[in-house]
Amino acid sequence: MSATDVETYEPLPDTGGPAQPLLMVRNLRKYFPVRGGILGRTQAMVQAVDGVSFEVKKGETLGIVGESGCGKSTTAKLLIGLTPKDEGEIIFDGIDLGEGLSLKQLRKGVQMVFQDSYATLNPRMTIEASVAFGARVQGLDDPEGRARRLMERVGLDPNRFAHRYPHELSGGQRQRVNIARALAMSPRLVVLDEAVSALDKSVEAQVLNLLSDLRREFGLTYIFISHDLNVVRYISDRILVMYLGEVVEVAPVDSIWAEQAHPYTRSLFSAMPAMDPDHRTKEPPLSGDPPNPINPPSGCRFHTRCRFASEVCKTTPPRLAGLARNAQHLVACHLHDAASGHPKAGQEVAA
Amino acid sequence: MSDKLLDIRNLTIRFRGKRTVHAINDVSLSMEQGETLALLGESGSGKSVTLKALLGLLPPKRTDIEGSMHVNGTDVLSLSGKALQRYRGGEVSMVFQEPALALDPVYTVGHQIAEAVMRHKGVSKSDAMSVAHDMLERVRIPSARRRLSNYPHELSGGMRQRVMIALALACRPKLLLADEPTTALDATVQIQILLLLRELQKDFGMGVIFVTHDIGVAVEISERVAVMYAGQIVEEGTTREIIRDGRHPYTRGLLAANLHDVARGERLNAIPGAPPALETRPENCSFAPRCPLVEPACRAGLPPMRTPAPRRRVACVRAETPIAAE
Repeated sequence: MSATDVETYEPLPDTGGPAQPLLMVRNLRKYFPVRGGILGRTQAMVQAVDGVSFEVKKGETLGIVGESGCGKSTTAKLLIGLTPKDEGEIIFDGIDLGEGLSLKQLRKGVQMVFQDSYATLNPRMTIEASVAFGARVQGLDDPEGRARRLMERVGLDPNRFAHRYPHELSGGQRQRVNIARALAMSPRLVVLDEAVSALDKSVEAQVLNLLSDLRREFGLTYIFISHDLNVVRYISDRILVMYLGEVVEVAPVDSIWAEQAHPYTRSLFSAMPAMDPDHRTKEPPLSGDPPNPINPPSGCRFHTRCRFASEVCKTTPPRLAGLARNAQHLVACHLHDAASGHPKAGQEVAA
Repeated sequence: MSDKLLDIRNLTIRFRGKRTVHAINDVSLSMEQGETLALLGESGSGKSVTLKALLGLLPPKRTDIEGSMHVNGTDVLSLSGKALQRYRGGEVSMVFQEPALALDPVYTVGHQIAEAVMRHKGVSKSDAMSVAHDMLERVRIPSARRRLSNYPHELSGGMRQRVMIALALACRPKLLLADEPTTALDATVQIQILLLLRELQKDFGMGVIFVTHDIGVAVEISERVAVMYAGQIVEEGTTREIIRDGRHPYTRGLLAANLHDVARGERLNAIPGAPPALETRPENCSFAPRCPLVEPACRAGLPPMRTPAPRRRVACVRAETPIAAE
C-alpha cells in the first residue's frame, strides 16, 4: 500500500461529526404498479419496500439478509437513487437527499457493486474506460490515472488489463473491476448487492479479503446484501433481516447469532445446511414459499407461516423496538412486546 | 458386468470447436445401488458435463467421448434411437437447476408428467393422470388435484422444483441425476427440497447423483462425496471422511472458504488464482499453480491416485501424510 493511493482517495468531507450516522433511512416506501388489461391500467401494487427505517454508523458494515422478493435489492437501489422512492427520507451524513443534497452529490458519496459482474459493465468499453467513466462525469482530475491506480489496488495489473474488454475477464476479475469502478469516485459508503454471490467459493474468499482490506485502508462504510448468512456474519458488524418489504430484526452480529428474537430470523438461521454429517437437519423450519408481495398478509406479514401466530398478529402490525435486555437488538414481533396482547408475549419462547 | 448401479471407467470428454476444451479427463467413478453421491466442485470443473454425458445429452458432432459408462449394466455410450429414449426418463432421469426453463410452458404440469408415464409405461391417459396425481402428492404439493391443471408459470419456484422432481421420479428411475436443483431457491425453500429428496430417495431406493458447489448442501443430502477440479476427481470418500479429514489441498481450501466457523474479521485462507482454462490435456497436477503445498513432483507429472481406505481416494502426492493445520 503506497502513500499515493491514500492521497488520491478524496472522499467528501465529514460534515456531521463522528456521532452522526453516515446514512439514516426513515420510512422508506416503494410500491411498483402491476399493469395489465387492454388499457394497461394499474391492477395491483407490489409492496416491495414498506416503511423501512435504519441507520448505518460511520465505519461499520451493515449486513442485510432475507429471501428473494423481500426488498433487499430495491432498498439498495433506492439508497443510491437508481429507483425513485415513493416516500421516506434518506439522510446522508446529516444532509437530506433532495433538499441539501443533489443526486449527483449523493453518488459521489455512495457507490454500488451489483451481483452480475458482466451485465453491469459496458461490453464496448475497455476496463480502464469503465473505471474512469464515473470520475470523468464528476469532473475529477486525471480519471485514467485514478483508474489505473485503483486497478492496481484491487489486484489487476493495469498494464495487462487496462485495454481488455469485460468478456476477456473471469467473473472474479470482473467483480474486482466493479469494485475499482465504485472506488474511483472516492465514496464513503459502498452498497454491495450480492456482490460475491455469483462467484465460486474459492474466488469469493479472495474478494472478501479484498473488501476487508479496502474498508480498512479507505475508511469505508459498507451495506452488504446477501442471502448467505455465513458470508454476512463474517463481514458485518450488524445484521438487518427483511421479510416481505419490512424490517423484522436488526441487531449486532454476535447478539443475533446467539439469539434470534424473531421467529422468521430463527427459521432462516435453521435453514442453513448443517455442515455436520452426524447432525443433519431433520425438519424443515418453514413450509411453503414466501407469500407474494402483491398482496401481503395483514398485520404481521409473517403470521401465515409463523408457529406462534395469534389473533393480534393477524390484525396489528408489530413495531420495531429494542429487546428489554438489549436495547441494541431491535425486533418487530408481538412476542417481545409485553403490551401487545399476544398470549405468549414477554415469555421466553423455546427455539 | 457386476450389479453396480453406476460404473464409469476412464471417461474423457473433449469438446471440439474454435477452441478445444478438455472438459473431463480420465474420470472413473462407481456407485452401489441406492447410494447418494454428491459431485462437488466449482463452475467449469466438469460436474454438469458428467451428468449430461450419463443421459447422452452432449452434442455428438462436437464431442469426443472416450472410456465407458455403464448404468445397471447398460452401456450408455452404445445407446441410440428407441433404446436411448427408453433409458432416458425410464432408467435414469434428471432434475435441472432452473425448473422454469426445464418445464414446458404451454402444457399443464399434469399433462407433462402423464406424457412421460404414457411413453414409458404404455398406460392409458387416465391411468397416467392418476400416477401424476399420486406423484404430486408424494412431493407434498398442497391440493395436488387442482395443481394438475396448472401451468408452470402459475407455480412458485419451490413448487416448480417439486413438479420437476415428480416428473423425474414418475417412472421410478434407478438413478436420479440432480444438477444443482436447489441453487436457484431461497434458503428456507432449499432445505425443504433437500429433505424431500432425502425422503424420496429412501422410499424409492434409487441412487442419486447430486451436483452442487455448496459443501453444506452436499452434507445434507449425500452419503458420499466426490470432489471435482478441472475435469478430474481429486478426492472421493464418505461425507464424514471429506468433511472431517479432507486430504486434498483443494478440498481443504473449499472447506475453509465455506466460512462456517471462521472468526469475524479474521483473514480468510483463500485459494489464490483461478481454475485452469482446460485448453490442453493436463499433464501434471491441475491444482499445482494454486496449491500452498506444491512441490517439484507435482509439476513433474500427473499425481498418483492414493487410496488411504477402501472406496476412498485422493489424487495428491501428499495424501498419505495428513496435512497439519496451518
